[in-house]
Amino acid sequence: MRKQILFWVSLFATISMAGSAWAADRGRDGELKLLYWQAPSTMMPYLSGGTKELEASSIVIEPLARYDNDGKMWPWLAEEIPTVENGGVSNDFTSITWKIKKNIKWSDGSDLTSEDVVFTYEYCTHPDTGCTQSNYYNDIVSVEALDSHTIRINFTVAKPFPYSAFVGYNAPILQKAQFENCVGAKAQECTEENFHPIGTGPFKVVDFKPNDVVVLEANSNYREEGKPAFSGVLFKGGGDAASAARAVLETGEMHYAWNLQVEPEILNKMAEGDSKGTIIAGFGTAVERLMVNFTNPDAALGEDRAEYLGGNNNRNAHPFLSDYAVRRALSLAIDRQILVDAGYGFAGKISCNVLPAPAIYASTANDECKTQNVDEANRLLDEAGWARGSDGVREKDGVRISILYQTSTNSVRQGTQAFIKEMWKAIGVETELRNIDASVFFGGDIGSPDTYQKFYADIEMYTNTFSGTDPEAYMNSWTCKEVARRSNNWGGNNMPRYCNPDYDALATQMSKTANLDERIRLAKSMNDMLMQDYAMIPLIHRGGVSAYSNDLMGPVGNEWDSELWNIADWHIHK
Amino acid sequence: MVQYIIRRLLSAIPTLLIISFVIFAILDLAPGDPTGNLPMTVPPEVREKIRLSLGLGEPMHIRYYKWLVQFFVNEPLNIIEHSFGIVIGDGENRTRILSWATRSPVIDLIVERTPQTLWVVGLSYLFGILMAIPIGIIQAYRQYSLFDQIGTFVAMIGFSVPTFFTGVVAIIIFSVQLKWFPMIYDTTLEVNSWNNFVLQVKQMIMPVTVLAFYQASQLSRFMRASILDNLNLDYVRTARAKGRKENAVLMIHVLRNSLIPVVTLIALGIPSIFGGAIITEQIFRVNGLGQLLIIAIQGADIPTVQTLTFLFAVLIVIFNLIADVLYGMLDPRIRYD
Repeated sequence: MRKQILFWVSLFATISMAGSAWAADRGRDGELKLLYWQAPSTMMPYLSGGTKELEASSIVIEPLARYDNDGKMWPWLAEEIPTVENGGVSNDFTSITWKIKKNIKWSDGSDLTSEDVVFTYEYCTHPDTGCTQSNYYNDIVSVEALDSHTIRINFTVAKPFPYSAFVGYNAPILQKAQFENCVGAKAQECTEENFHPIGTGPFKVVDFKPNDVVVLEANSNYREEGKPAFSGVLFKGGGDAASAARAVLETGEMHYAWNLQVEPEILNKMAEGDSKGTIIAGFGTAVERLMVNFTNPDAALGEDRAEYLGGNNNRNAHPFLSDYAVRRALSLAIDRQILVDAGYGFAGKISCNVLPAPAIYASTANDECKTQNVDEANRLLDEAGWARGSDGVREKDGVRISILYQTSTNSVRQGTQAFIKEMWKAIGVETELRNIDASVFFGGDIGSPDTYQKFYADIEMYTNTFSGTDPEAYMNSWTCKEVARRSNNWGGNNMPRYCNPDYDALATQMSKTANLDERIRLAKSMNDMLMQDYAMIPLIHRGGVSAYSNDLMGPVGNEWDSELWNIADWHIHK
Repeated sequence: MVQYIIRRLLSAIPTLLIISFVIFAILDLAPGDPTGNLPMTVPPEVREKIRLSLGLGEPMHIRYYKWLVQFFVNEPLNIIEHSFGIVIGDGENRTRILSWATRSPVIDLIVERTPQTLWVVGLSYLFGILMAIPIGIIQAYRQYSLFDQIGTFVAMIGFSVPTFFTGVVAIIIFSVQLKWFPMIYDTTLEVNSWNNFVLQVKQMIMPVTVLAFYQASQLSRFMRASILDNLNLDYVRTARAKGRKENAVLMIHVLRNSLIPVVTLIALGIPSIFGGAIITEQIFRVNGLGQLLIIAIQGADIPTVQTLTFLFAVLIVIFNLIADVLYGMLDPRIRYD
């Protein structure tokens, strides 16, 4: 049956090849079948923070600018990226002016104007909308339409990196005519609009079944001739990651499957031999890392447990992790490649930086960590006076290097913990492992002693990342004022309680610098300072893994924006 | 009989009210935050605003009262308006139970998902019954025969091997190796032509078989035990002594009496069809009511969980009543008047 269809399709294709305009026809490749095992629950990204909803809506509604798979920004609905050089960004960084392309039509045939952009800002910043992406519209005084195709955003503060509003799949443009009556509390009740947003993208929604399937068809008003190549999209959801991989790689029922968090040995097996598909991995900024506690988490300290007290040389310093030699030895003792192979496979690579991407920010100064060096680690510890006791555990002045190492409950993380415990044993370090349910560990409950913010342990492990491509806010996380402590209800981002005036000085300088090369230099040196001080021990650069069928051309993955960002260019290989 | 039914229905009202309150209280007390699944990059102030927009700012008793009004007044009125095309009162501003994850009315979600659940889970239940009854009869009548031994063995496998195992095995054999059936259930398929009908049958075969096998394994054991109980009774000997044919003895006298407990079991099992077969639905991506419930639980979508579990409670109460009534009809010894 399938073969027959294939025969007729190819016959039809050969005949139509004779016609010259054929290759450029919109919708020539039939239906594109995407499989997202986590199904989208709505098509309105502003009412949902989930990646699955952002991905689904990204093929319908679009932002002014988008990131490609290298984290580079491209104008999308805008004519160009505004900069200080082209006059788009004011010299004092307090405003940015976007020009939108002329003649862009919504899928209902009406024109995209600056009114729509202004409306989108008003929609998301209305206090009763409950907009999940409102942090993309922070620090804005006003968004004004200068003419029908020009918008100016005025900021409350100087923004050296002014690209967050209307950029990326988190902040796309809505059609004013459709959502006019859906602002504020009404946003919740606009089911019809939220499920069928009108967009400027290559496809438009025909049928939306929440948490199940989205049926889309090519947008006949799309701005580029002959695109998209597919006449429609079937966006199916549900099931689990392993069977999603199977549907692309083994049965070939689907063209594309997203976010394949599958055990490496299972995925490798599916991908080898006469597999029907290919695996791609996109890498963003996510790094699985060990946080080193610079304060003493001893329960006997009561209220001052793991509390940064400051003072000369940190009055509450950790008994052994405050020793540079110990921190460095812990990092040297780890064979990161084993961790990647056992737990991550396609979805991971070794990282020696906490800021591994975008590529322009990635430092090469810390590559020492790429190779395990147990001898050097042992030598460091011997030299620092940590001698092995009768049980093989190193100690000095009655302090044993005995580490409590915590993380969230997750089979890959527990595997990593077990490997690291063994590796540390080789340098005379004793490790006690602990895992805490993710909802508690990341839950942020002030009353709970088990959160990653309270950090009542010596070492903790998790992944963190940042949205967008500008690392300034992320790198600010390790300044002194961000230290998680009692006075800020453990709300700071600085979990290691690392406090270094030199680092703070770099952070201050960065907030005043707009020149990209200078910002890159600053970000790199901040990263290097953290790495060479071993405030954190990076382990694995984590990526998103997807699979696409062998006949599909176009997918490149993307961790900065939607993986479907270039879906208009996807087509079937003939 | 009518009086009995009315009495039972009236007594169900306080029971259901208590159930609804207990469900609401449990869900409210359980940890779980609708903003818990948002990425770490969403700041706490934004989370708080989202919670307020979902109505979480109000105290529990007010939220419970609102849910009661929405469920017992607004939603039925809405159904009446839709089915008769009339407008009762202020239909525009009547609030409905909204799911927190999809921001759409929960009842619409349920209505949208009921067909695929009924098709897949309902059909498998039906096939399960159709297989189990004859198998159980033959097994009991020819106790310890080869057929009985094999039947017992297969039934043991059937209900000791979980459906998430048989389902995956079926996929690997029939989808990956043999390529007979699709492994992904297409809920957008409309049966409007012969070709589509064939496709629909093809995509239903695996989930229905896996579930029917499981159901039949259980029911055939009950059927077999029930027939065995009856075969040794005096009335069977009397019937045989009267000279009735063996066939009539088994199919008329024994079967009718043996079916009484089995029919009750079947009736009591019907609400579980609506509960969907959570795991089987996940494996084959049928995305019916079971998958709706599990996703709502994972996402702390409390209105959806509350409404679905309460509807299941209503179904269980109703089918308990139906089972009791059927009992009276099948067994003349039981009278409710």
